[in-house]
Amino acid sequence: MARVRSAPQSATKNATMVCALAWLVPGAGHIWLGRRRTGLILIVALPAMFAIGLLLEGALFPFEVEQPLVVLAALAEVGIGLPYLCASLLELGDGRVVAVTFEYGNTFLIVAGLLNLLVVLDTYDVAHGRK
Amino acid sequence: MTSHFWLMTLFAGFVSLVFALVIQDDPMQQLRFGAMLWVALSAGAVLLGWLMYPLPL
Repeated sequence: MARVRSAPQSATKNATMVCALAWLVPGAGHIWLGRRRTGLILIVALPAMFAIGLLLEGALFPFEVEQPLVVLAALAEVGIGLPYLCASLLELGDGRVVAVTFEYGNTFLIVAGLLNLLVVLDTYDVAHGRK
Repeated sequence: MTSHFWLMTLFAGFVSLVFALVIQDDPMQQLRFGAMLWVALSAGAVLLGWLMYPLPL
């Protein structure tokens, strides 16, 4: 009986860990679950999209609670995981507002994070055998 | 790197790629779905831009 109870808990714990890995390193969750081709494409594409956003002089938004939309943009950008942390540590993503590509850069940065969150949800489904 | 059209198609490419990988499982279906989504996003943006052309800024 105890084994029957512990099995789903273990599966949920594993799924949570895989999702955390998938958030931290885009595509790593799929590789961990045996979907190597999908994972390898994602591990290249999503950080590339984020890097292009930085090259286009987009901004890494701060968590300013007085500006709810800025907080939402910051949360979306954090969705990319490790690339965001690296860019923050390297003090990239100042965002030059007068640059012609500034808004494009922001769009690439924000959508890269949101797409990785979608990938994390997909990883969760794969981990639970729904796909 | 400042061409709006080039950046738009690149953006559509990334979005189509991820959606195709997440939604479809078979590689051929992924390719077909991704290509269709990329064309739809790019053509849709051009069409929307064309429809907005007469509007004043």
